[in-house]
Amino acid sequence: MTDNKENIKELDNVVIRFSGDSGDGMQLTGTLFSDTSALLGNDVLTFPDYPAEIRAPQGTIGGVSGFQVHFGQTEVNTPGDYADVLVAMNPAALAANIKWIKRGGTVIIDIDSFTEKNIERAGCVKDPLHQLGFRDYNIVKAPITTLTREALKGLNLDSKSILRSKNMFALGMVYWLFHRPLEFTKKYFEDKFKKIPVIIEANKTVLKAGYYYAETVEALHPSYSVAPAIIEPGTYRNINGNIATSWGLIAAAEKANLPLFLGSYPITPASEILQELSKRKDLGVKTFQAEDEIAGICTAIGASFTGHLAVTSTSGPGLSLKTEAIGLAIIMELPLVIVNVQRGGPSTGLPTKTEQSDLMQALYGRHGESPLVVIAASSPRNCFDYAFEAARIALEHMTPVILLTDGFLANGSEPWRIPDMATLPAIHPPLVEEDAKDYQPYRRLNEDLVRGWAPAGTKGLEHRLGGLEKMAITGSVSYVPENHQVMTYERENKIKQVQRHIPDVKVHGDTSGELLLIGWGGTYGHLYTAYRELKKEGVNLSFVNFNYIKPLPANTHEVLKSFKKLLVCELNLGQFASYLRLNFQDLSFIQYNKIQGLPFSVIELKEQIKKQLEVK
Amino acid sequence: MVETEKLAPKDFKSDQEVRWCAGCGDHAVLSAVHRAMAELGLPKEKYVVISGIGCSSRFPYYMNTYAMHSIHGRAAAIASGVKVANPELSVWMITGDGDSMAIGGNHFIHLMRRNININVILLNNQIYGLTKGQYSPTSLEGQITKTSPYGTVEPPFNPGRLAIGAEGKFFARSLDNNVGLTTSILTEAARFEGTALVEVLQNCVIYNDKAHAFITDKAMKEDRQLIVEHGKPMIYGIERNKGIVIDKLKLKTVTIGENGITEADILVHDAHDPDPTLHLMLVGLTAPEFPVVLGVIRSVEAETYDQKFHQQIAHIQSTSNKKSLQDVLYSGNIWKV
Repeated sequence: MTDNKENIKELDNVVIRFSGDSGDGMQLTGTLFSDTSALLGNDVLTFPDYPAEIRAPQGTIGGVSGFQVHFGQTEVNTPGDYADVLVAMNPAALAANIKWIKRGGTVIIDIDSFTEKNIERAGCVKDPLHQLGFRDYNIVKAPITTLTREALKGLNLDSKSILRSKNMFALGMVYWLFHRPLEFTKKYFEDKFKKIPVIIEANKTVLKAGYYYAETVEALHPSYSVAPAIIEPGTYRNINGNIATSWGLIAAAEKANLPLFLGSYPITPASEILQELSKRKDLGVKTFQAEDEIAGICTAIGASFTGHLAVTSTSGPGLSLKTEAIGLAIIMELPLVIVNVQRGGPSTGLPTKTEQSDLMQALYGRHGESPLVVIAASSPRNCFDYAFEAARIALEHMTPVILLTDGFLANGSEPWRIPDMATLPAIHPPLVEEDAKDYQPYRRLNEDLVRGWAPAGTKGLEHRLGGLEKMAITGSVSYVPENHQVMTYERENKIKQVQRHIPDVKVHGDTSGELLLIGWGGTYGHLYTAYRELKKEGVNLSFVNFNYIKPLPANTHEVLKSFKKLLVCELNLGQFASYLRLNFQDLSFIQYNKIQGLPFSVIELKEQIKKQLEVK
Repeated sequence: MVETEKLAPKDFKSDQEVRWCAGCGDHAVLSAVHRAMAELGLPKEKYVVISGIGCSSRFPYYMNTYAMHSIHGRAAAIASGVKVANPELSVWMITGDGDSMAIGGNHFIHLMRRNININVILLNNQIYGLTKGQYSPTSLEGQITKTSPYGTVEPPFNPGRLAIGAEGKFFARSLDNNVGLTTSILTEAARFEGTALVEVLQNCVIYNDKAHAFITDKAMKEDRQLIVEHGKPMIYGIERNKGIVIDKLKLKTVTIGENGITEADILVHDAHDPDPTLHLMLVGLTAPEFPVVLGVIRSVEAETYDQKFHQQIAHIQSTSNKKSLQDVLYSGNIWKV
């Protein structure tokens, strides 16, 4: 490999957006780049942006699939607002992403695809290249298709296979630009196409061709270098939110010494949890792909009745369908984890986009007084921790728990320091021993108001559960008015008691001051970055992010009341803000909301915060 | 499953007062279930009874076993979860014609298709009883009910046909007033490995009284019921001289001794035939042209979902080098910092 050290610029962090037709392999291209960067020690966060249609009409804006990689030598918490480098494989990809390119950024296009026909297909009146102010951007018009064909001439491949590898040409170019080695990616080809040597050869050849092409064309000079980040020592791997969720559940089952059962129905963007846990039959995980969302949760309830860590996974519309069964689990006081990977709603809404608009449904979307625990993950990797927490609380407190993640966390990926399983706490479900004397299904065992769990099959503890109101202690059917009130309070207070077993919310910055930036769940990375950057600029603000929603951490009121302004930022119309108002009627909250199916941008958050600080 | 000291039917009764109406057919079915469970000889803790919503779904409260009175239509899904999670349990599902044919129709057909080893007792009274008298998916076309004051305009489901059409492997039919037949069918259903559907034609004294009276009529029942047994000719009638034959792909009733018909001409019941054609024809026979067929009509052995499910997991685990999550965490692309 030729050395290109002479003309290298050091950068702190970089955002690259790979973009092409949904058949162009942009997700893979982006993943390979981010894997290499992570292996080199950069902090990385990635986010795919793909259409809901599997193969939207070729060349149209609706069919554009993108993958954004943000990597740096300092902490990276978002996929980045604007791209330093845009790779656009066709006119539609350029047209769709023009507004996301940083001024002065590099745009690499496959000039071969910029034909009149393709420009028309992209719905553009004129060539989207003309929309770019030429002086503001470094535009690299590479004949990617032609050069890919050229590179593969000798390999006797069909035209389709040749075109399919042109994404590797683009990847090679970007590798050169950022001074990345090709070895990890070559190794990937060797593992992936073990049985088809010609494909390994073709991909390697094209990757190298792109790399050398980049070196040769003047337009790409200088190249850039991003040094490794200072990261806590340990063993790392890349992980996305859905995989982290799946593994967190397995970890909890191991720590509770219980088998894991998932009853689920495929739904975007949650299906990957069902897929991953189905793979984990190699660890004895039981997965049941049900006939619908309702059967998904109902099979899980059945499994919980037999003493399993029972889980159902879904997204918004599926949560709606599971509602009645959640109420059943509440009145039966059986442990159950409901993972809701939020997406844009209502109805089918924006299935592949992210939103935080299921909060109220998670908290209140059931008939009757039906309290349960709601928690939310806030980064792709901590989906592991909060899935574990959801399971811990469900099992130790005999209650359904809704774990909220979202499309952004589910599909976003970042390096994750693999935890030492030995350091995770043991989980102690209140299992009752067989033939225990005088077992009463609804007797409260302790001040947490938890009842004893006697899984079906346990000798001597036969009992009946059901949806009808239960008599306190005995659990037989009761229509006694006073008993209903007693039981309603017991269920409510049981959830309140969970507060004693969750950590306080952590304040970033001073514990009192002018403005407290408030978020919950998946917006953490963007809010934290905005907070950090403003702090650096000398702005006086603090930040809290909530992972425990119901119950709220014990110190919540104490934290909130110490600030003059409370700014709640959410990807909905203000559901968490409303919830806080309901809980803390002495405080007033201001809101910033966005509902575009997209994460916040750090820039807009900083503007909002500054604006709020100016208002007296 | 371990056999233990013999339990009596009364051991399966709970201490709860049975609250069905006097004269309701459910009482007899409850008694048959208690008897069948005693007969099967499993310890009490191995039985799990799951119901949905409706009069019949109050059943679990009257059982001294593990049981769950769940939500409308979902018993099949919950029972599936119980059985798949722990195949050592003997799982019984109690449902009605509203619970399983209307709101729970989807779960019902998928339970049949998967062939999970569950015994399903469908108490069919052709009416919604608990909500006080609206028509159900098995109500007869034209039936006058509270929600069909001018008669229904929809044809009913035949539960047996629906089950067999959904790949069901076991179907039997009984009558609430024949506790002996119900008990023996339930015992056979419980011993059958796979989803076993037992339809019990049940009388609702309040909202659909005498719905099955034509069939159960004491004086005429031998002429109006055909109780089939595997390997035996389909002979019925007060004088045991009536039988079923097949003629030009259609079933026909004949009288032995008339028109040269002998016992040898009568169809011999083959419950084990995987081809469902004849079973569907038998299930579809209706009074008054034909006797209503009772007994075990279809019983075809096939691997169950729960067997295959656990065999697959055991096989994958025995061939995998991953023994715990730790092994998964450290597989694939990892790097040290």
